[in-house]
Amino acid sequence: MSKSRIPTAPAVDPEEFVEELVRRYPAKVAKKRRRHILVRDPSEPQSIEANVRTVPGIITQRGCCYAGCKGVVIGPIGDMVHITHGPIGCGYYSWLTRRNLFRPRADGANFLHYCFSTDMQEEDIIFGGEKKLREAIREAVELFRPKAVSVHATCPVGLIGDDVQAVAREMEEELGVPVLAFHCEGYKGVSQSAGHHIANNNLFKAAVGRDDLEPSSPFAVNILGEYNIGGDAWEIERVLERCGIRVWAVFSGNGSIDDIRRAHTAQLNLVMCHRSINYMAEMMEKAYGIPWVKVNFIGVRAMAKSLRKIVAYFEDPDLSERVERVIADEVERAERDLAPYRERLAGKTVVLFVGGSRAHHYQDLFRDLGMRTIAAGYEFAHRDDYEGRHILPTLKMDADSRNIEELKVGPHPEKYRPRLPAERAEELRRAGLIDHYEGMLPDMEPGSLVIDDISHLELEMLIKRYRPDLVCSGIKDKYVIEKFGVPSKQLHNYDYRGPYAGFRGAVNFARDIDSMIHSPVWKLVRPPWEKEPCLRAELTA
Amino acid sequence: MRKIAIYGKGGIGKSTTTQNTVAGLAEMGKRVMVVGCDPKADSTRLLLGGLAQRSVLDTLREEGEDVDLEDIRKEGFGGTLCVESGGPEPGVGCAGRGIITSINMLEQLGAYEDDEELDYVFYDVLGDVVCGGFAMPIREGKAREIYIVCSGEMMAMYAANNICKGVRKFAESGGVRVGGLICNSRNVDNEEAMIREFAKRLGTQMIYFLPRDNMVQRAEINRKTVIDYAPDCEQAAHYRNLAKNIDENDLFVIPTPLDTDQLESLLMEYGILN
Repeated sequence: MSKSRIPTAPAVDPEEFVEELVRRYPAKVAKKRRRHILVRDPSEPQSIEANVRTVPGIITQRGCCYAGCKGVVIGPIGDMVHITHGPIGCGYYSWLTRRNLFRPRADGANFLHYCFSTDMQEEDIIFGGEKKLREAIREAVELFRPKAVSVHATCPVGLIGDDVQAVAREMEEELGVPVLAFHCEGYKGVSQSAGHHIANNNLFKAAVGRDDLEPSSPFAVNILGEYNIGGDAWEIERVLERCGIRVWAVFSGNGSIDDIRRAHTAQLNLVMCHRSINYMAEMMEKAYGIPWVKVNFIGVRAMAKSLRKIVAYFEDPDLSERVERVIADEVERAERDLAPYRERLAGKTVVLFVGGSRAHHYQDLFRDLGMRTIAAGYEFAHRDDYEGRHILPTLKMDADSRNIEELKVGPHPEKYRPRLPAERAEELRRAGLIDHYEGMLPDMEPGSLVIDDISHLELEMLIKRYRPDLVCSGIKDKYVIEKFGVPSKQLHNYDYRGPYAGFRGAVNFARDIDSMIHSPVWKLVRPPWEKEPCLRAELTA
Repeated sequence: MRKIAIYGKGGIGKSTTTQNTVAGLAEMGKRVMVVGCDPKADSTRLLLGGLAQRSVLDTLREEGEDVDLEDIRKEGFGGTLCVESGGPEPGVGCAGRGIITSINMLEQLGAYEDDEELDYVFYDVLGDVVCGGFAMPIREGKAREIYIVCSGEMMAMYAANNICKGVRKFAESGGVRVGGLICNSRNVDNEEAMIREFAKRLGTQMIYFLPRDNMVQRAEINRKTVIDYAPDCEQAAHYRNLAKNIDENDLFVIPTPLDTDQLESLLMEYGILN
């Protein structure tokens, strides 16, 4: 007798499902987890718990502070040498794993494919690692002559108290090369989110505003929170440049420290990943007077909408006309290329549990493909990424967030230059165009599930009950998902594919998703024990 | 072989007491090894007649893995074997980790093997039990007996009580026991009675009351234990008595640390009586 492994999606009552989910936990855990789960109901303002400690043992998707700082924000800068100060594992296992690509500039400098670590040994733990760090920085600078060096502290460094900032200052003076030190010990904060903040702080203090070169284009923008996974930033840049919009600096995909140093002379900041980089956007606005616009370059319609937001900010008829021409041309081509995939994908369901922005961004692309997002959630986002920035004043500071430095930033005495007249800025702010992010919730279908920091058990139960056609998450759960016979797409590193951003990226994505969902392999995923019993018993007299 | 660790508040006289006691035991014909667990590496100075010892960690650093027991162990007064674990400069690195490494090294090199025919190993541990590394001697049965040096001063008693908390934690898993408090007198009012009572409330005993004597200071200046420097003086006799009491001790307990209120009321009771 063979029974089908997982029942095909029945009509699930989401409220009932949530109760069934949390019932599996001990009372205290159930109470905690319940606050991280909601069933979308647009008729009332909804609130969700986020950015708090994970329940130990629950098997979270989250990473650590070091991963957020070095792995996400600082690591993609290609013309710097990034040194991991610690035992070898942290450096080695974070080596290029996010596939943030880099194209060297005219000087040819590119150190992205290297992995630098101080490889601390027991002796360095006992006697302190500062000496070895000094040697590592000196050696790296002598061998590679980078424009700048970053130093990332791992857990043991924080425990033994190596003063990495002091070493950085000392070496900067000795070698004449900027050395940026980050106290991003893995244990800080509740997730990688703490690392993003720490990275933002130091990048703002030690790099931004150092080179006053002005852009020649009146439409110079920085893209914040775009990490060029699989080449995303290049596709975005292609489209923007076609529109006559100059990409002045990217934080930090395909990033150059030179670009970041001069980023404060741009006209506008475009924020892709709100979670990892909103700190930078806010600080640059306060210090240099650059407003920011939340964009999403994932999906055909989202890309077009984001371009129109930029147009609305600049209010330039020529730019507007050019952008509309580009949109018309690109959309037509993308729609034509997407059409066959859409036919095969329409009506399919997807769940997204990833990141601090991607679980929102990719919903637009799935809508383009006619697919439905039936559940979504972030790994490490904060409440404002779900509910929108208007709730910021109501956010409680807990001990974990208080541990992460909040920079006090005011207008720069010489370099503060408001890009818009106060009245116009106020008007755009009220219209929600600048300095605003409305979060994921408003885009979620009524009755869909929102689950923050999803646990392994929850994901498993979700797959069994909802039987989605696709799960988008990361490497930690990828193979578990596939063992259920459900295709899994990693949205951290794109499974060695991409780019997926912009008009052409959308087509790449549709092609890859189509081939995954329609692969015959999923029908073959059945473990042996479901085909024949593993245990045999006989009755004896 | 009895394995003993000496703990107590910083500056209470752990190293001096340890070395004088060890000198007493050596005189009795016991074969004793002293392991200094303090980055300052001054736990064996009086037995060796100066800071003449290369520490385990320095040796490990300079020689790499190729270390012999003879490189890190020196013979001192009365045939005592002296080892200093050593460690980083103040404010740098992790001294606790250093002690762990150093004790593991000694084990690997066979310092505790039967053919060494040791009667005693003494661990002289820095300050309070500040982190896992400093608790190393009482973990995993490295030390089985603890003696806590204290005085009638509030902070010394507070530290002793804290150490008992640490010991209690490891007593259940590691089998370590407290052998007693050694009162190293600071001439506090009513000191002997108070420490005797404190010890009783901790469930242990005051194993000896060492009066204050400047002879200790004079001997230290001469880089010697009192037993070595002035064998016939009264203080030398006290140390011999302490050594004898430890050698004959058979009261080993899991301590019952006091809470802060209990500790303070003890002080009130005994300190205000006079």
